[in-house]
Parts: sequence; structure tokens; C-alpha cells
Amino acid sequence: MDAIQMNLLEQVAGLHEVPEGAYNIRANGQAAGRNTTANIDIVTKEDKPGIDIIIKSGTKNESVHIPVLLSQSGLKEMVYNDFIIGEDCDVTIIAGCGIHNSGDSDSEHDGIHSFFIGKNSKVKYVEKHYGSGDGKGNRVMNPTTIVEIEDGGYMEMDTVQIKGVDSTKRVTKATLKNDATLVIKEKIMTHGTQTAETDFEVNLDGENSGTQVISRSVAKENSRQLFLSKINGNNKCNGHTECDAIIMDQASVSAIPEITANHIDASLIHEAAIGKIAGEQIIKLMTLGLTEEEAEAQIINGFLK
Amino acid sequence: MLELQNISYDVSDEKDTKKGILKNVNLKIEDRFVAITGPNGGGKSTLAKIIAGIKQPTSGKILFDGVDITNMGITERANLGISFAFQQPVRFKGVTVKDLIRLAAGENISTAKACEYLSEVGLCARDYIEREVNGSLSGGELKRIEIAMIIARGTKLSIFDEPEAGIDLWSFNNLIRVFEKMYQEINGSILIISHQERILNIADKIVVIANGEVAQVGTKDEILPELLSSSGSCKFYKGEC
Repeated sequence: MDAIQMNLLEQVAGLHEVPEGAYNIRANGQAAGRNTTANIDIVTKEDKPGIDIIIKSGTKNESVHIPVLLSQSGLKEMVYNDFIIGEDCDVTIIAGCGIHNSGDSDSEHDGIHSFFIGKNSKVKYVEKHYGSGDGKGNRVMNPTTIVEIEDGGYMEMDTVQIKGVDSTKRVTKATLKNDATLVIKEKIMTHGTQTAETDFEVNLDGENSGTQVISRSVAKENSRQLFLSKINGNNKCNGHTECDAIIMDQASVSAIPEITANHIDASLIHEAAIGKIAGEQIIKLMTLGLTEEEAEAQIINGFLK
Repeated sequence: MLELQNISYDVSDEKDTKKGILKNVNLKIEDRFVAITGPNGGGKSTLAKIIAGIKQPTSGKILFDGVDITNMGITERANLGISFAFQQPVRFKGVTVKDLIRLAAGENISTAKACEYLSEVGLCARDYIEREVNGSLSGGELKRIEIAMIIARGTKLSIFDEPEAGIDLWSFNNLIRVFEKMYQEINGSILIISHQERILNIADKIVVIANGEVAQVGTKDEILPELLSSSGSCKFYKGEC
């Protein structure tokens, strides 16, 4: 890997070198490294681009890194990754996509990640998106995540997109069985003329299933964001969706929560708040000696922390 | 140290009628502990905001250590050595107590040091240091964190706008101790807006502001007896209502 790819790797996976444990690094559409362990197997798909990550039942405290790096301008790819997680696991999966585009053609990575989480398994899934490069070509990412959680399973999905992605459309659809839980935490910051759309749909089919969908975002300059969050309570369940956005400059943010209860014991809440940084917050930090710009940066950093 | 010369502050209502919130206020603050008191709506908070640079006076001059700071912004005044504890502390989503204390101290102080400042205002540091300064903190807790920030700054002039407001009686006793300690240790002046007899009691000088004007200035022995005996206000200043 070259220096640009190493930088992308650091940004999306926090890695300075090849990780320990299982990993699969995809760089410019090609396999750039893979490691499997006794419990985690990674198999290349034969019918389409992508990999199957197969985690044996009972695997605990192991991690899988699957970063995707694009540094070749104009490259467009569509990748299918399936995660088949057995029963009683406790694993962390770190995915991420970094695009460096210094050319004039658009670079695009679209991924469909499907998770099949076995009974009583616990999965933490982290996904970071990062774009760099000063070319005119757009950096585009469209991740789709499909989640199916069996009885008693738990998944936490943390997604972060802070810098440099010109256009993104994120679609997440999840189905939860009895006692299953899904926690989604999304953080987005857009600037320039970027657009970011997120579309969450969680079906709480199982008894005592529950979900929390939490989005915090900052929209600067002329960027646009759209947040759609849909929770269907089809059984005795708990659902909570929350969108909290800071709007700056000429940006635009829409939040459209939708909760549907199809069962008498479904308990669903939605909250959405959009507003500029409160003037008194800036004034307070200025009385501590910060300039207006420093105060603004502190407030945003804290908000997206 | 601080001198206000002919400070006036006017506001206009919808009909464009001007109303004077402060009228030609002249005040010198040289003592170590000065309390400003007076009826609600008299202009006390406005005066504090004018000193901190949050509001610009309509006319008049502010001198700080002989330097004209009238046209300086909030940041510049803060860096010259003016601190201001808000009457209603601000909440921040995601920003922790430790973040604020560090920003106040102006350097990347250790967690242990940040905890010391919290302990001074009677907060068990371990329980608070990593907490977000958001709606999960009570009004009284926020007020104490606000005071801890001022202690962490340790500037020449520390202004407190009604630090007792929103603090329960138990905490209030501790608050008095905090100010007594600050009085002993601070290398500068404290300017405190308060209605509480026990706070006025530790002041070197009391300034009474009413109807936008300085009504009286004097030592507590000169001012307090009259304040406490004047009809109607007695209970108020004794903290009994």
C-alpha cells in the first residue's frame, strides 16, 4: 500500500499497520490483504464482488477489520459483504471506507452489508467514512446495511462520516426477533455542497425486542441532509428514534421520523430537534477566552464526540 | 482596578420609545469583594454584562487597570482578566465538565487538577468530571460548575451574577464557605450580584443599584442596617422568602 492508502486506512480504521486478528483490506477494487483466524473465516464470493465473513458460534472478544480504500480517480464499485455470525458470540467488526480522489472523475463505493446475527450473540459494528483529495471528481458512498437479529441477539452500529464525502445515501433495514436489541448511533458532518441522506427502518417483530436510533449531525455551508427513521412495533417492544442536528450557514436539514405501533404493547418514541448553535453557548466560551470560531469548533466537537 | 464612567444603556420597545436600563452609572471597584444589590429589574445584570463585554453600553467608558476596554469584545476582555459566572448557566450537549474546566483553566490541566476545582465547590469530582454539561445536571449542580470554572480561571476580576439563585439551602451554606475561601485566596477582586444578607455580609463594599442608577455605595455597616430595616424588603434580604 502507498502513503495515500495508508492515510485512508488510518482515517477509517484507526490503523497504522495491518491489524491483528481477522481482516480483509480492499484497495482500488482488489484484495490487498487478508487474514483469517481459527474462529473467523473470510471467503471471496464467486457470483459477485464481495466476501462472506463467517464467525463460528461461541467466538468471544475477537475482531474483524474490513476497510475499503479507493485512491484511483473514477473507480466505481459495488460490493456485497455478508456477515454470518453464529450463536453466543461477542465480536467487533470494523468496516470503513476511505476515498482519495485527486482526479476529475467521480469515485464511488457502494456496499451492501448483510448481517445474520445468531441467538444471544453480541456484535459491535463500527463504520467510518472519510474522503480526501482536491480533484473535481466527487467522492460518493452509498452503504446499505441489512440486519437480522435472532432471539436474544444484540447489535450496536456506530457510523461516522465527518469529512470529505460529497454524496452519501445510507439505507439500513433491520428485523429483530424475540428479546433482540439494536442500537444505532450515527454521526454526520457535511460541508460545501455535500448531501447526506440516511434512511433507517427497524421492524420490531419479536416480543421484548427493542431499538434506539440516535443521529447527531452538523450541516455547514450549503450542504443538505435528510434523516428518515422508521420504526414498526409489531409486538410487545420498545423503540426510540432521536435526531439532533445543528444547522449553520445556508445548510438545510430535514428530519422525518415515523413510528408505527401494530401491537397494543408496542411503546415507541420519536424526537427530532434542529437548530443553530445557541448564541449563549458561544458567549459562555468566549468569556473563557476563546474566539468565536474556537467556541464554535468546541461546541461542534463536543456535539459529535 | 475597574472604573465605570457615565455608563448608560438604553433599549427601545416596539413603539421605538427609549427606555434607560442604566443611567449615567459611575462606579469604581477597587476593593477585593464588592457586592451589588438592589431590586429586580434595577439594571444589575445589565451592568455585569456590560463589564464582561456581552452588552455594549449606549454611552460611557469602561476602564480596566487604566485601559479603556469599552470597545473590546468578550474574548479580549476575558484574556485581559475578566471572568463572568452567568446567572443561568448554559448547557452543552456532548461537552463534559472536564472540557469546560480545562477551557477555563486555559491549559491542558490533569484530571486530578480539574477535580480539585470541583471539590472546591462541593461536588464529588469522581461523579461529575466525565458528565456532559447537559439537561441531566440540575440547576444547582450547573451553578456550582459555573463557579468552579471561575475559580479555575483565577483572573483579576471575577463577576458572579446571583450565584445563590437556584441553589438549595444546604448547598447555600456551602456556597457561602466557597466565597469566604475565595475571598481569602483570590489574587484579585470579586464582584458579586446578590440579594442574600449572608453574602452581602462578607463584602468590603456594597453598591445598591435601583432604577438604573447607583443609589448607594458604602461599607456593609453603612448599607446593611438601612437595607434590612426598610419596609417590605426585610424578609427578602434575609433570605426568608
